[in-house]
Amino acid sequence: MIMKKVMSLLVVMLVTAVTYAGGYRVSLQGQRSLAMGHSGVAVVHNAESAFFNPAGLVHLENKLNIAVGGFGVFSDVLYQNSETGARAQTNSPTGTPVYLYASYGISEKLAVGLAVYTPYGSTVEYPTDWAGSHLVNNIELSAIYIQPMVSYAINEKLSVGGGPILAIGSVNFNRNLSRTATDLEGNRSNVTIDASGVTAFGYSLAAMYKANEKWSFGVNYRAKIDIEAEEGDATFANVANTPLAPVQNGTVKFDAAIPLPAELTIGTSYQMNEKWLFAFDYVWAGWDAYENLNVDFAPESYPDSVNPRNYKNASSYRFGAQYTANEKFTLRAGYYFDESPVQDGFFAPETPRNDSNGFTGGITFNVSDKLSIDASFLYLKFKEIDASYDDYQENGQNVPFEGTYKSSAFAPGIGLSYKL
Amino acid sequence: MKKFLKYIPIAALSLVACEPEFDNAVEDGFYSSGEANFSNYVSIGNSLTAGFADSALYITGQENSYPNIMAQQFELVGGGEFTQPLMNDNLGGLLLGGTQITQNRFVLAVGADGNPSPSVLSGTPTTEVTATLSGPFNNIGVPGAKSYHLVAPGYGNAAGVATGQANPYYARFASSADATVIGEAVTQDPSFFSLWIGNNDILGYATSGGSGVDQTGNFDPSTYGSSDITDPNVFASVYSQMVDLMVGTGADGVLVNLPDVTSVPFFTTVPTQSIPLDADTAAALNANFAAYNTQVLGGLLQAGVITQEEFAARQINFTEGVNFPIMVDDDLTNIAAIISGPPFNLPAPTAGLLAQLRQVNSTDLMTLTSSSVLGTPVAGVPNAVNGVSFPLADQFVLTVTEQARVSAAQASYNATIQALAQANGLAFVDARAALQAVAAGGVAFDGGVLSSTFATGGAFSLDGVHPTPRGYAFTANAIIDAINEQYGATVPKVNIGNYATITASND
Repeated sequence: MIMKKVMSLLVVMLVTAVTYAGGYRVSLQGQRSLAMGHSGVAVVHNAESAFFNPAGLVHLENKLNIAVGGFGVFSDVLYQNSETGARAQTNSPTGTPVYLYASYGISEKLAVGLAVYTPYGSTVEYPTDWAGSHLVNNIELSAIYIQPMVSYAINEKLSVGGGPILAIGSVNFNRNLSRTATDLEGNRSNVTIDASGVTAFGYSLAAMYKANEKWSFGVNYRAKIDIEAEEGDATFANVANTPLAPVQNGTVKFDAAIPLPAELTIGTSYQMNEKWLFAFDYVWAGWDAYENLNVDFAPESYPDSVNPRNYKNASSYRFGAQYTANEKFTLRAGYYFDESPVQDGFFAPETPRNDSNGFTGGITFNVSDKLSIDASFLYLKFKEIDASYDDYQENGQNVPFEGTYKSSAFAPGIGLSYKL
Repeated sequence: MKKFLKYIPIAALSLVACEPEFDNAVEDGFYSSGEANFSNYVSIGNSLTAGFADSALYITGQENSYPNIMAQQFELVGGGEFTQPLMNDNLGGLLLGGTQITQNRFVLAVGADGNPSPSVLSGTPTTEVTATLSGPFNNIGVPGAKSYHLVAPGYGNAAGVATGQANPYYARFASSADATVIGEAVTQDPSFFSLWIGNNDILGYATSGGSGVDQTGNFDPSTYGSSDITDPNVFASVYSQMVDLMVGTGADGVLVNLPDVTSVPFFTTVPTQSIPLDADTAAALNANFAAYNTQVLGGLLQAGVITQEEFAARQINFTEGVNFPIMVDDDLTNIAAIISGPPFNLPAPTAGLLAQLRQVNSTDLMTLTSSSVLGTPVAGVPNAVNGVSFPLADQFVLTVTEQARVSAAQASYNATIQALAQANGLAFVDARAALQAVAAGGVAFDGGVLSSTFATGGAFSLDGVHPTPRGYAFTANAIIDAINEQYGATVPKVNIGNYATITASND
């Protein structure tokens, strides 16, 4: 009887929730818009409109417009627990979101475009076996959106646009199986989940209304895309050689799904004079689609894992200003407030995201009539927060992972705009 | 405005250096060492201090020793590096001149019948006793050491290991052949020390089912055997000598008392009633013992050889259901010689069986090792079953008389420890009370309840005596509590849920 208890204890000890990516929106989809607080649903800068508002493409003056660029994301997360003195700092590799936008004006009323961008992604690397390693050691999540589109001017004031999106997702995620399981040498038992080239479809629809020379209004809706990984590889390592362990070393297949939420942006811009332009966007993100993260391992005997995320819908408020200094230089600055979709008790360290304030700036240098160099930066500051993830379980009871987090991210970027 | 905007790129550059910082970082003066100084912490003790578990010393066990756990917390309050004489592998066995002299660690293995049970991990160990490590080491925990060993020169002399004159674990890192364990601590001039010693002064006697000798009254420890109880005056003398030496270095420190043997699963796992019998078998056994119960014991009572009390205690009686086994109790009158003679004239083998025979009762404690003997056939004696028709050897039962000897010595040792802590202004840890709490219902933590239940309780390793990493973490917390109280420090405790329990493996 004693030994039966031992067996059930061990099984419970090793069967723990597998967690991986929280949806992580990376708002770095264009140098000029980012410099203005990542606003731009009612602004027509250049081919960046392919992301911010496809309806704006038809208003571009040139026939061919191209914008290409990228960012380096340097992010840091600090963790500590003042009850135990546990502490950690991420050593995340530099993230590199990129974008390519192109539009071609077929007539004064019609333009077509192509956008390639990376709106979702997360790269977080904690020290291996840190205090929260049973939730995450490291994660790399990315999604590339490829979107052809049309932009059509119904009349001088109103235009519409949109197109289908092909999303290609990939994830690589590692965590320890529990707080304590090891092999005989003390190496922590862990699992790596890897899936790439997962495809799914979505769309975006947009409209722009140029009320007069000064005021413009825009709306853009990007539909939710569910990335459903099938037959991904889950690799278990450092599991002790015992029939008491519910899993064994080696690679098995898994299925999992993660939503890339819908986003609705409405905004306005005000061209005060030749020099000054102001923009405001309100962004609503449908994060409540992210209820659970379920990982289904192919072998029947492997316990599946259900991980509540319970995100809520979230808003952000974006403000930007642009000053056209002269023919050569344009300067921009912006600010945004980004509300976190994470609710109390669901703060998982793989997405250490609470409310944040973003400070942005940038510059455009017109090399010639055709070519411009755009540069911008984002400094994203998170408030220090005491938070916990409560739904990790041991022996059938919740074991909250608590602590204080402080994060920041700095993302400088550079790009080119070309028009012909 | 124009000018302001021009500075944006410069502002951007300055933000690059803007890494996040906590308002109150735990690494930066958040905790206080109070009046204590943890810069050079030295721990002195026995197997418990070394991180011994599962009947062996191995690397991951050492990494989870309570002194190492404490030292990691001390790092937040000015603690320095903490070194340990690590074993060479995670198998745990010791080699002396290439020959294995101690067994590998226990792991929980699933047998062919599908049932998990403790089993010795296979593999050839690589830790050679004579391959001496160069110290000094902060953790001076020597498995097997009794109190008086720590002040004995030569206890770490490798040449004495084979003859039992020296300790193989200490021989691995002794600074010289005639060094003393306490000397290793003093020469490091520690700023802080912990001393937890004395467990083996009673535990050897207890785990051997009281087969050793209670040496109370014998003041010469050089005459003691490994399973004997150390005289309380000898203990008090060497203990105070060690405390004087340590306090003499100017170090602050903490003293830890000795837990009850009844707190460890080695004595609480095997039930006293363990022999299932049907009515017929019970009746047949009773018929066999009828002559012993009435004629032999009755005759001896009448003759005044045994008391009424002993007469009653020695009655054998089996019933349908789960029964107490029979055993040898060396505190009973040895009647072998008498009953071999007239009027009984019993043959020598029978007289030998009955010599100090009685049935186990509910006040006895069965050792963990008895589980592999109870109800098994007796080697070399046809049709005899251990505990049923053949008495269990004395080493498998700690009788109430033997328990009393252990408790008396323990109480005296503990009084010495507490008094010396008080007299020297040192922190005092009531490990006895802490482990009583674990044994009585358990102690809740964020992932369940830590209890003394064998294998499943989480506190004790598969040898039933030494803690698991989680048990050691619990111990470390108890010591940190006492240190914080004595020295006004705020050293943070660890979350014991982050520490492992037993290890399962079929290797």
